[in-house]
Amino acid sequence: MTDSTGTGTIELLTFRLAEQEYALDIMSVREIRGWTHATPLPHAPQFMKGVINLRGTVLPVMDLALRLGLPERAQNDRNVIIVVKHEDIMTGLLVDAVSDIVAVTSEDLQPPPELASNMAESVVSALTLIDERMIRVLNLPMTVNTQESAAA
Amino acid sequence: MSTDNDPMAEIRASFFIECEELLEALQDGLQIIEDGADDAETINIVFRAVHSIKGGAGAFGLEGLVRFAHRYETVLDEVRAGRLDVGPDALKVFFQAADHLSDLVRISREDAPLPTETTTELLGALDAFLGDNAGAEGEPDEDIDFQPMGLSFDLDLDDSGDDAADTELNLDDLPPPPAFDAYDEATAAEMTGGAYEITFIPGPELFDTGNEPALLLRNLQTLGDMTVRCNLFDLPPLTKLVPEIPHIGWTITLTTTVEENEIASIFEFVEGLCTLKISSVDARADDPPSSIADQIPVAALKKPSTDMPETIDPPQAAPPTAPEPTPIAATTNDKPAKQAASAPAKSVVRVDLDRIERLVNLVGELVINQAMLSQSLEKSGLSPHSDAISGLEDFQRLTRDIQDSVMMIRAQPVKSLFQRMSRIVRESSAAVGKDVRLQTVGEATEVDKTVIERLADPLTHMIRNAVDHGLERPDDRIAAGKEPQGKVRLSAAHRSGRVVIEIADDGAGINRARVLQIAIDKGLIPADASLSDTEIDNLLFLPGFSTAAVVSDLSGRGVGMDVVRTAIQALGGRITITSNPGEGTTFSISLPLTLAVLDGMVIEVAGETLVLPLNLVVETLTLKKGDVQMVRPGRNVIEVRSGFVPLFDLGEALGYRPPLEKFDGAVILLIAHEDESCAALVIDNIIDQRQVVIKGLDESFYRAPGIAAATILGDGQIALILDPSDIIAKAGTAVNMPNTVPAQGLSA
Repeated sequence: MTDSTGTGTIELLTFRLAEQEYALDIMSVREIRGWTHATPLPHAPQFMKGVINLRGTVLPVMDLALRLGLPERAQNDRNVIIVVKHEDIMTGLLVDAVSDIVAVTSEDLQPPPELASNMAESVVSALTLIDERMIRVLNLPMTVNTQESAAA
Repeated sequence: MSTDNDPMAEIRASFFIECEELLEALQDGLQIIEDGADDAETINIVFRAVHSIKGGAGAFGLEGLVRFAHRYETVLDEVRAGRLDVGPDALKVFFQAADHLSDLVRISREDAPLPTETTTELLGALDAFLGDNAGAEGEPDEDIDFQPMGLSFDLDLDDSGDDAADTELNLDDLPPPPAFDAYDEATAAEMTGGAYEITFIPGPELFDTGNEPALLLRNLQTLGDMTVRCNLFDLPPLTKLVPEIPHIGWTITLTTTVEENEIASIFEFVEGLCTLKISSVDARADDPPSSIADQIPVAALKKPSTDMPETIDPPQAAPPTAPEPTPIAATTNDKPAKQAASAPAKSVVRVDLDRIERLVNLVGELVINQAMLSQSLEKSGLSPHSDAISGLEDFQRLTRDIQDSVMMIRAQPVKSLFQRMSRIVRESSAAVGKDVRLQTVGEATEVDKTVIERLADPLTHMIRNAVDHGLERPDDRIAAGKEPQGKVRLSAAHRSGRVVIEIADDGAGINRARVLQIAIDKGLIPADASLSDTEIDNLLFLPGFSTAAVVSDLSGRGVGMDVVRTAIQALGGRITITSNPGEGTTFSISLPLTLAVLDGMVIEVAGETLVLPLNLVVETLTLKKGDVQMVRPGRNVIEVRSGFVPLFDLGEALGYRPPLEKFDGAVILLIAHEDESCAALVIDNIIDQRQVVIKGLDESFYRAPGIAAATILGDGQIALILDPSDIIAKAGTAVNMPNTVPAQGLSA
């Protein structure tokens, strides 16, 4: 998997979450689907929305806003699930809306300030500016790896 | 030796698959011999298996494997030739050698270093059966290092080759040289009666597969008087020599009393790898050696020249003079037919497991789609007699048939598993110094491949237990009036849609007084507990329980019967014990035939649809007022047929809703456990009973308590499949034997 801190041009899928803009390396994105009802898992952490049927596969879906500690927002039609794959494991990430696909070079990416005291920062691997808007590039392994937070 | 894109890798992989089959045949053969039916054909099968492994291993340069197989084969050859009797001692070594061979195959497959110690030990044991021959046969290097060029020919290398036509073969540097006489035409002519002329020309494949002409010739010699002539007329000058292509053949004149097909059977293993012609000398007495060249087909010898010197030129220059296209057919055709008769050939296809997985998944999709279709047709309000509905019924039947057939593809006989267990018995009985015989029944019983794979560990543990704890020492057995040899019986059978596997020993049975004492000592049960025999037997399944007074090599490794039970339960099975003092103990495992589909009860709890394995549901009830009794706050029981059963609110247990305040009119399901204790689950509604396709849940992020898997319902929604025992454990009560509840269960 291409790491966003590597050299060369990378393409990012940008999306909105609670009025903020985030991005993921497009290489890890498998598909984008509309919101469907997820079957809740008993006693799951709040950000685990449950599981959905992705053409016969049981796909766990997490609410990315809750995962990043952002305020929960009301469900609407533009909410989508971004299906990502990391180390052969597929996960659905519920986001507010997908915005764009942008190409950036590694020079455009800046490391985030060393504020990694809360979860939201630790999953952000880089920051970049596009049209004067700040985009937070997510560290996918950190995002989908919820072992610590699930245990907490 | 091979890389990923090496074309050899594929061939090598298929060799190892073949090895598995050969090893199985070897085990089978030895088993048959052990059972007392040591006919020639069985010994042949055993020999052939080892020989073929050796041959393949030779082709892939697996020297350690070749070396061991070779010595094993040599001993088996002695048996085959009737020079060695298979006694119990020999058989024991043969079994060990077979086990070791299978180890070596596995290790070679992984390209790991071979264990030299065991090999040397076993080789010593094998050589012990060879007596005087051992030394001569000892160094297999010579045998596998088959180099036709290594023979000492008296050959002028600069010569065009015509002198090479009939050169005496010097076999001195080969292992035990048969007394080959120089070819003497007069001798051949004088032969009468059962005299045969055999033309044997190895093809390149013969050496590739690790065969050795000298051994074949030596076997031939055992049949009667024989003279051998080496045909060197095809030998090219050294400059044109391709070492991989054999250039020599032999003409053998054999005077013997045996039948022609027995001669052919010597060449059984090289059939198709050489050119072979066996003819009676009488039949061709009129034109002796001149016919030899004619008998040599093009395939084996590129240049089937006669003795004419001018034709000895580059191979392609000389067209075949008189090729006989079917030289072997007539003489050796009866052999495959005979093999086919003795072991009915099953026609099988090797398929990549991924492809089957894909098919299983697709059929799962089909089942789901079918359910969706039937739901929407139901909603459409069509008449039940309409074409669409009756068509749907046909469709349902077909789907079910397809599903069953696909599941059958994954089904495998338990035989391979049982063979592994026979090895475990051999090893563990040797380790504890008991004479144990394993009897297997129902090896052909078929179970899903995954089930078989996941049964191996629990079975191994139980077999070891049976040998170590179950059976008494030989002296004790004699004192108890039994045969000194202990018996372990491993059986498999289909019983009402499930497979039942039993491990029975004829040992002393469970010492209940001791089991009870240990359980009390370990604080697993209260000291004043009064338990039934079955309850005491079930104590063996408690975590931390061990009956072994002395920790032996086999036991005391921290794996108990609780682990076995967990593994069996994970397969959707249950395990029970029955034991009769003095007569033995039987463990009985009941398993579903497949892990891919499940007969489920679809229920509704707090608006969520859930599936419960149907085999766990004993009974459904509707609660009336006063049925529920509170034991203490939050803990209720119901009375069912004069017994009290703990009651669990499923909606609360799964965190879907706050606890119910009253249960009047609630639907409850009575759930049975492996140990036949019961629990009652409060649900809202029963929707349906149907077969569901099990979909695994990815638990890398989050493992949901009480949930075993998921399935996809007709409307495309996912329903979770419940694991009631997990729910009940999480709800804070161990239901097996209320008086043995470990206190820590509450904190889980």
